[in-house]
This record gives sequence, C-alpha cells and structure tokens, in this order.
Amino acid sequence: MSSISLTVNGKPITIDAEDRTLLVYLLREHLGLTGTHIGCDTSQCGACVVHVNGRAVKSCTMFAAQAEGADVATIEGLAKDGKLHPVQESFREHHGLQCGFCTPGMIMTAIDMIRRVPDLDRAKIRAELEGNICRCTGYHNIVTAIEEAAKRMSSDAKGMAA
Amino acid sequence: MIPYAFNYRRATSLADAQAALKASPDAKLLAGGQTLIAAMKMRLAQPSDLIDISGLKELSFIRAEAGQIVIGAGAKHFEVADSTDVRRAIPALASLAYSIGDPAVRHMGTLGGSLANNDPAADYPAAVLALGATITTHTRTIAADDFFTGMFSTALDEGEIITSVSFPIPERAGYAKFPNPASRYAMAGVFVAKTKSGVRVAVTGAGPGVFRVPEMEAALAKNFAADAVANIAVDPSDLNSDIHGSAEYRASLVIAMAKRAVTAAL
Repeated sequence: MSSISLTVNGKPITIDAEDRTLLVYLLREHLGLTGTHIGCDTSQCGACVVHVNGRAVKSCTMFAAQAEGADVATIEGLAKDGKLHPVQESFREHHGLQCGFCTPGMIMTAIDMIRRVPDLDRAKIRAELEGNICRCTGYHNIVTAIEEAAKRMSSDAKGMAA
Repeated sequence: MIPYAFNYRRATSLADAQAALKASPDAKLLAGGQTLIAAMKMRLAQPSDLIDISGLKELSFIRAEAGQIVIGAGAKHFEVADSTDVRRAIPALASLAYSIGDPAVRHMGTLGGSLANNDPAADYPAAVLALGATITTHTRTIAADDFFTGMFSTALDEGEIITSVSFPIPERAGYAKFPNPASRYAMAGVFVAKTKSGVRVAVTGAGPGVFRVPEMEAALAKNFAADAVANIAVDPSDLNSDIHGSAEYRASLVIAMAKRAVTAAL
C-alpha cells in the first residue's frame, strides 16, 4: 500500500492504493471517474486512454504508483463551463460514434494527435488511431470528426494569435 | 485483470536501482512496462518488487557524437522517432521507432526495455544487430552480435542494467516489416545497413530470435539493390510456423521485406 499524490483534471489528490493498482482502476473505482473505459484490458483497444503529463497513455498498462506527481487528464475534465471541448463537439456533430464505448479513448487519442502531428490528413489520422479499436467499425466518421476538429482548432489558434 | 501483489519502489538513481535489485532476488526493473505489465496482468510474471527506473534522468538522453548516435536505455520510442539527431543521422532507426506499437505505447515503452526483453518479434533488435550497435550496461559493453542469445534471452547477467546503446551511423539503412494483420507484431521485419565495413542484414519476427542473413549481406555488398536479394534462398527450417503463416511463407516474407528495406535505404 502506498500513498499516491497526483493531479486529476486539475484537482490535486492524495490517495492510498495497493501497489498493484492500475491507473485505470484508481480512476474508475477509487475516484469514480468511470468515463475512462476498460475494453480489452490487454493494451490493444485504447478505450482506457488518458493523458499523463499531456501525453496519451493506456491507463490499463500503467500502475497508479507510476503517476506519482503527474498531471492526469481524463474525458471528464475536457468540457469547460458546460461547453464541450472542440474534439467532443466535432464527434457529436459528425456522429463519430455508434455505441460510444470506445469514444472516451478515441477523443483522448485525438486530442493528443492533434497536438503532436502537424498537417493531419485522413491517412495520418488512421495511422495514429492504430491503438484505438472501434468494434462498431465506425472509423469513417471518427476520422472525419478528428479531421474537422483539427482544422477548427488550428484556425482557432491562428485567430487567438492574430 | 489484477496482477499478483508486489512492492513498488521508485529508484532515485542507477546506484539505488542496482542496490534494490540486489536486495530482492525476485525484483524486476520497470521501465515503460508495456510488456512487463501486460505479462503481470496475465499472471505470467510474479516479481516480488518492481523498481521503477523510468524517471532516471541519467538513462534518458539522445546524443549525436562523432560517427555515432548514443541513446539512453530510458529513451522512449516516441523520443527516438521524434529526435532531430536520429532522423538526420539514421532515419531508418527513427522510422522503426515510429512503427512500434501505437502512439500510447510509444509514449511509455523504452529502448532498454525492448532490448532486455528481446521479444522474437520486437523491432529494435533488428536495428541493433544490423547496425552493429554496442550495448552499454552498468558494468561493461556488449557487441550486438553477442547480445541476443535466443527467444526472450540475452547476454545480460542477473541484475545487470542496460544504460545506453551506441549506434554507428551507416552510409545507408532501411527497415521494412510485414505486421501481423491483427496483433501488428512483425511476422517478418528486415533491417538492412550499409557501412564502410560492409553490409549487415538482420531479421526479426520470422524466427525464434533476431538473426543475420550472411548470403544477403554478401549479395548486397556486391550490388546494393533490391534485385540483389530477390533470389537469395532463405532456409525455412529455422523459421516459425503457426496459424498466421508457415515457415515457407515467412521465408518468402523475409525476401520481400529485404527488398523493401533496400529500396527504403536507397
């Protein structure tokens, strides 16, 4: 048992957990943040993707203790003041989901790729989605949602700079 | 899935990690954990202690030196893929790193972890062997030709920690793999490197461990072109045969990937 201190969605938290607690269980069962899903539990499907210090990771393949001192962001932390994040908004607008189970991981992965990869096109988006599986096979609209969100976020950023 | 219980400990330095490893015979190092944690969840591994070395700054660097690129064992796959120095000096190594797993895995997995584990389908061993890299541990240096000793097996002694890997800069190099359509692990991955002292060809994924193909090396030394390897016979008797493909199929994949790797190098 260890005491773990970390920041989750901007809120500092200190919590006791067994050393073998995976980050995804800390989020879901200790903190009640069930928006992060467990799909395969074998690091393939990406439903559990969260951001640790700004980078997408699979929270089923990381121990909570490894997140000591880290800044963790989950799907619950994206909307601000009742307004959806541009990527959430784009998934809604382009119907980038069918059953919705993979959606939290898709959105966290999408935000990470939009931050990292310049000039995202459909081929790059599909390559970057390597680690996220949608078993409704709804990739077409997911790719469109990410493509449109990337465009919107880049024009918003330009607007702010101007 | 919940692993067996263990004690987690964050190492404060390389010396601290060595001492902690020595203190518990069943302790294991935790670097990126992208293989070890999966194995622990399946209860295929039961370390008494995990000593987390992922935060050690002394293992986390990428340096361009005269004639070589030196990469710390703790460098993550995405750092190697994104490194300006690696992309400039050995672009094939950067693109290999970008082809490992997926973005989330690349944000965690490390060079040292991949080499110490020596999965027979891992990508890095092909680059290390083909480039004739040198593995540095906290006690010695090991040539790539002596490092990989078989499936999940290396020349590392008990408690020996990889600290960095030195990659000589080749004149040309290329890597091509045929990923399994489901798992995306290499069914055959071929790294080809042309250096002043000759050509080296290393194959991962197709056999029980990474291996060189001397016949391809000789042919490419005479004529560094994709056609030069097209008719090299690859002996299937030592290759893997499973539901994904026969040994003969893998032998033909090795030739196809070698051709692509040479084309990528040109």
